[in-house]
Amino acid sequence: MATPMTTMSPLVEQMYASIGVNPHSVKGDPNIAHIEIHQNRVLGVHLVPGFEVEAEEREDGIAAVMRVRAGVHIDKPVQVCFGVIPETGLQRIELDITVEDGARVGILAHCTFPFARSVRHEMDAVIRVGRHAEYAYFERHVHGAEGGVIVIPKTRVHVAEGGRFRTDFELIKGRVGEIDIDLDATCEAHSVLDVLARVSGSQNDRIRINETARLVGEGARGVLNTHIALRDEARAEVYNTLIANAPEARGHVDCKEIVQGNAIAKAVPIVEVNNPKAHVTHEAAIGSVDSKQLETLMSRGLTEDEAVDLIIQGLLS
Amino acid sequence: MSILQLQDISLKLGGKPILDGLTMDVWAGHVHAVIGPNGAGKSTMASLIMGLSGYTHYTGELYFDGQSLRDVPVDARARMGISLAWQEPARFEGLKVRAFLQAAAKDKREARLREVLDQVGLHPDRYLDRAVDKTLSGGERKRVELASILAMEPRLVIMDEPDSGIDVAALERIFAALDVLRAQRATVLMITHSLAVLQQADHAFLLCHGRIHDKGDVEAISRYFEDKCLPCAVPQQLECEV
Ligand SMILES: Nc1ncnc2c1ncn2[C@@H]1O[C@H](COP(=O)(O)OP(=O)(O)OP(=O)(O)O)[C@@H](O)[C@H]1O
Ligand SMILES: [Mg+2]
Repeated sequence: MATPMTTMSPLVEQMYASIGVNPHSVKGDPNIAHIEIHQNRVLGVHLVPGFEVEAEEREDGIAAVMRVRAGVHIDKPVQVCFGVIPETGLQRIELDITVEDGARVGILAHCTFPFARSVRHEMDAVIRVGRHAEYAYFERHVHGAEGGVIVIPKTRVHVAEGGRFRTDFELIKGRVGEIDIDLDATCEAHSVLDVLARVSGSQNDRIRINETARLVGEGARGVLNTHIALRDEARAEVYNTLIANAPEARGHVDCKEIVQGNAIAKAVPIVEVNNPKAHVTHEAAIGSVDSKQLETLMSRGLTEDEAVDLIIQGLLS
Repeated sequence: MSILQLQDISLKLGGKPILDGLTMDVWAGHVHAVIGPNGAGKSTMASLIMGLSGYTHYTGELYFDGQSLRDVPVDARARMGISLAWQEPARFEGLKVRAFLQAAAKDKREARLREVLDQVGLHPDRYLDRAVDKTLSGGERKRVELASILAMEPRLVIMDEPDSGIDVAALERIFAALDVLRAQRATVLMITHSLAVLQQADHAFLLCHGRIHDKGDVEAISRYFEDKCLPCAVPQQLECEV
């Protein structure tokens, strides 16, 4: 059911304001499906043909089942906004997403906790990407300056033959607080998995990323990419595992972390190959800003701080 | 009038003397070429003039505009008007050509960024949104480096092998960029192994074993190329007929 613009709740307005998006640009276009969820309330839903959502409000959150019907291509990215506007609160989201065979959808999700002092956001998602279907998920977090957020997203993914799954997680605005990302994906023959996480931590932020991709089908391809910038006392641990079990499966694990101040970064890439015709690689670069990059920018007149900021901005872009 | 002076500069790297009594006068508003065999110390000289870390513990004196550059950090030198186009430019993950050029540019407007890309023969529509990372070819990266220097409008540019990895057509663009620098009245010190590049200069130096072995007008110095004879390339062949 669409929420008419005229009756847009102040909470919805606040959520959109916090993510820097004009709600009318979303709500004014009937071809853009959108969903707004505040804590345990669904404040707005607008659907487009072939895209179905059933949401159930629970005491501590929402359980939603989303489905893109077979062969349907949703042209404009679905806009989803999850938020907790008050300083404290709990939000548990259960998502069950199916992109049926040959369907195609992109989701642009914002998670906003702009004033959080003690907010916990848990996400439990099961995503099934059908045969030759495409699912692209971009999740952007907007956190406040207090660091009072705990974010625990857990995702189970199954990509069927020839399917494509792409996800890009961004947490570079505001303090992280604590984040614990857990993703486990299974990829069938000739499917493609592309996972990217970009996180910037400062003060006493804690970042933990644990991702596993299983390339079980012939010719499956998977990339696990992590870009992290840390300052102050922030800490990050990244455990990325890529398992290739089938012939011609190809995978790559890539972790880049720039560490400044007293921050501590740890990366543990694990690659496992169980088929002689599979091939996986990994690359991890952790450390201070590269001195050649730094001096290149300084040789153009930037101060050291300006140069570091620009390099980090690039890494996280 | 000289804008840059190196007086009896010596520098050791890993305990080995790499620059060894290097003395040079670089004239304001002129294009100077520096030639010399691999390992002669040309890039080391460039790093020292720019003040890069690891190249600051020299003996002798380095003056820019009559002012000693000792203890002047890289960014302060850049703000005095010195810059360096690197022999092998750094790659930046995710950083867009637009942001890279803007960081250096005196005039940060889009039109100016487009202009400098045009000047090095890169189509702005195709390059402004590319990343300055490993997806650029070696020659493209060198040209982006040069575009960034043009945008900066420095007073003194050290170009370390601007032609290496550059195809024949693009070489013409490098020469055109040189004309732009001349028009800006910039002073250029370009290191090269190419006769064609050398011939663009007003004066030239031959650097051997960390010191100036010969200097003069381009014609005189180009004879080292024509005779395929760099007197210092083979240690035992100390002198050769020029
Ligand atoms: N950090 C270092 N420690 C020891 N030796 C070094 C170091 N850096 C450079 N060198 C040596 O100093 C010498 C000069 O190097 P430099 O890069 O300045 O040569 P170049 O004249 O630019 O040569 P090319 O034409 O190959 O670019 C070389 O023999 C090189 O191996
Ligand atoms: Mg060199």
